[in-house]
Amino acid sequence: MRHLLSTADLSRDEAISILDVAGQMAATQRREIKKLPTLRGRTVVNLFYEDSTRTRISFEAAAKRLSADVINFSAKGSSVSKGESLKDTALTLKAMGADAVVVRHPISGAPHRLANAGWIDGTVVNAGDGTHEHPTQALLDAYTLRSRLEQDAPGADLKGRRVAIVGDVLHSRVARSNVRLLTTLGAEVVLVAPPTLLPVGIGDWPCSTSYDLDDVVGGGHGDLDAVMMLRVQRERMNAAFFPSAREYSRRYGLDARRMAKLPEHALVMHPGPMNRGLEITAEAADSPRSTIVEQVANGVAVRMAVLYLLLSGQSEGEGA
Amino acid sequence: MSSYLIKGARPLGGDPTNILIEDGVLTAVGTSVSGGAQVIDADGLIALPGLVDLHTHLREPGREDAETVETGTRAAAKGGWTAVHAMANTDPVADTAGVVEQVWRLGRQYGWVDVRPVGAVTIGLKGERLAELGAMADSAAGVRVFSDDGHCVWDPTLMRRALEYVKAFDGVVAQHAQEPRLTEGAQMHEGVVSAELGLTGWPAVAEEAIIARDVLLAGHVGSRLHVCHVSTAGSVEILRWAKGRGIDVTAEVTPHHLLLTDELVRSYDPVFKVNPPLRTAADVQAVREALADGTIDIVATDHAPHPVEAKDCEWGVAAMGMTGLETALPIVQEAMVDTGLLTWAQVADRMSVAPARIGRVGSQGRPIAAGEPAHLTLVDPAARWECDPAAHTTMGRNSPVRGRTMHGSVVATIYAGRATVLDGKLNEALLEVPL
Ligand SMILES: [Zn+2]
Repeated sequence: MRHLLSTADLSRDEAISILDVAGQMAATQRREIKKLPTLRGRTVVNLFYEDSTRTRISFEAAAKRLSADVINFSAKGSSVSKGESLKDTALTLKAMGADAVVVRHPISGAPHRLANAGWIDGTVVNAGDGTHEHPTQALLDAYTLRSRLEQDAPGADLKGRRVAIVGDVLHSRVARSNVRLLTTLGAEVVLVAPPTLLPVGIGDWPCSTSYDLDDVVGGGHGDLDAVMMLRVQRERMNAAFFPSAREYSRRYGLDARRMAKLPEHALVMHPGPMNRGLEITAEAADSPRSTIVEQVANGVAVRMAVLYLLLSGQSEGEGA
Repeated sequence: MSSYLIKGARPLGGDPTNILIEDGVLTAVGTSVSGGAQVIDADGLIALPGLVDLHTHLREPGREDAETVETGTRAAAKGGWTAVHAMANTDPVADTAGVVEQVWRLGRQYGWVDVRPVGAVTIGLKGERLAELGAMADSAAGVRVFSDDGHCVWDPTLMRRALEYVKAFDGVVAQHAQEPRLTEGAQMHEGVVSAELGLTGWPAVAEEAIIARDVLLAGHVGSRLHVCHVSTAGSVEILRWAKGRGIDVTAEVTPHHLLLTDELVRSYDPVFKVNPPLRTAADVQAVREALADGTIDIVATDHAPHPVEAKDCEWGVAAMGMTGLETALPIVQEAMVDTGLLTWAQVADRMSVAPARIGRVGSQGRPIAAGEPAHLTLVDPAARWECDPAAHTTMGRNSPVRGRTMHGSVVATIYAGRATVLDGKLNEALLEVPL
């Protein structure tokens, strides 16, 4: 594994080894001295073309706890409309000797381009690209699922588990990464959304789809082990994806009534930031089955694992 | 004037014969024909009427950093073309007699091919008011093809009026069929691959809806319509229906839509970004069959050179377009001839005779027979070579067939009795010979 661009590039064994290492990293984070010397002398650049304080801080904490030098490069506001900016920035980072570039970009495929256009030598980690993928989010979601449902047993996958992902699938990089990763790990995925927010061409995805959240939480596609709510932007209604925020939350929001229909053990997840009252109510977000705060904590451990495996060259095999 | 004896060429893929060219005319064709100052050994070569491109972006005036009339027409000659229609989306836009005459004169000055300017349908390609189509038609450039290419003439009333108006001078409106509201922010074909890549889709229906509307309009007012770069199986069905009803519609397909699919976009390499986008394998098969059965009349390159920086970037900000002049014939050979879908005689029709007829280029697309103007292309169908954009004559390096093995090569191009290409190389000595 040279880069982490898409969860589609991860084999089952590679994904499990990331989760296993994340478990070890999480254990170190419960110690008094959290810092490990593993990446001393290595430079990790956080290259963010979009505001995402939580993701940047998570990567920054992960790199620092592995003793890497961290450079935060906020390119937001720099002219993305001038296409050469990513290349020129990449050449600068190359000159600075960046070992890894963690990139968040509004354009789908930008990290792929950064990794493959010959602009830099280092490792590229996709921290979210356009409406394409957000692999470390999916990894931390899988880690959260495994730690709750399988007691984080090393080597365990998610075989037989069933996860509903609800909301704006069309524009969601989180949904794309999760469909690929969760199914690689053996879980079943049901996507639930209004038809306008499911992409044309979704028929080839390894999951089922539904327009009916009540049916899915009630077991219409089998008992659920988790419901993952996606953030939906209110502005989407201006482009006629749905008529109003009120109708959206009535049909596709997770509230106490729908939560009560879930099996006892089923988890409520959200990648954040939440629109309380739109896709999720406070009762659902703050309930004991909610893993939302835990997901944030797990994010650091998973990103430590990713950086560790990519930069210390101890990943299994090449060509991922 | 130069004179040539082409020995042993196979006109339209037929039996080998000799062709004598004197003073810009094919003076004799036959196995016993001899004479001529310069002999061109054409053993094993196919002779085609000089190729006519109905859709070329030469970029001048305004974007001389991408291409000029000179570099573009040199590339055209290299690719076997003897006439190109220069699209109107220059800066300034070719929407006045002044601009089309400027482009036409530059073409005459360099003398590599016949440059036929395309006039804009609307002022500034804005889709609001008709440009002075009659003035462009009456100018020295003698414009017959009008197009807002790059933009769709979306307003149905404006499109109707344009179709009607150009009848007065036997013009044709060449439509870039793209419903604008259905393609806002579109990045690639909408389907399985766009869903996975998270790139905004350009649905086939956005092309098909406009073609359906336009063939009905053309039928209603009894006008001639040409559809640029047809890319979908659905468009083919609509065209087949329209032609069956006797509507006067013609259509083109690009070399890249005959060969490449949206699967290539998985690389996120902007060299594959083009408008209309690369479609699916089923669409490629449909446009090939349509070109074979005549539903699609011609191959046109949509040659769209861009400076390196316009492609050396992220997909989402990259320019749309691909070069095509120097690789069109090899792609047609690979996709259509070597697959048995077209004979060489049909290639001559699709790449010379029919486009010359649509563009009203009377002197081109003629039979290879004594007394005809001397515009010829000699092709070696057995040649195989690797496409290296750095070696191309066009300034554009954005070839989507980079690194692929090309089928067949242009050995010689004769334009107006003068060899613009000999032994596969541009004939630089030509510059000294006045047209
Ligand atoms: Zn066009």
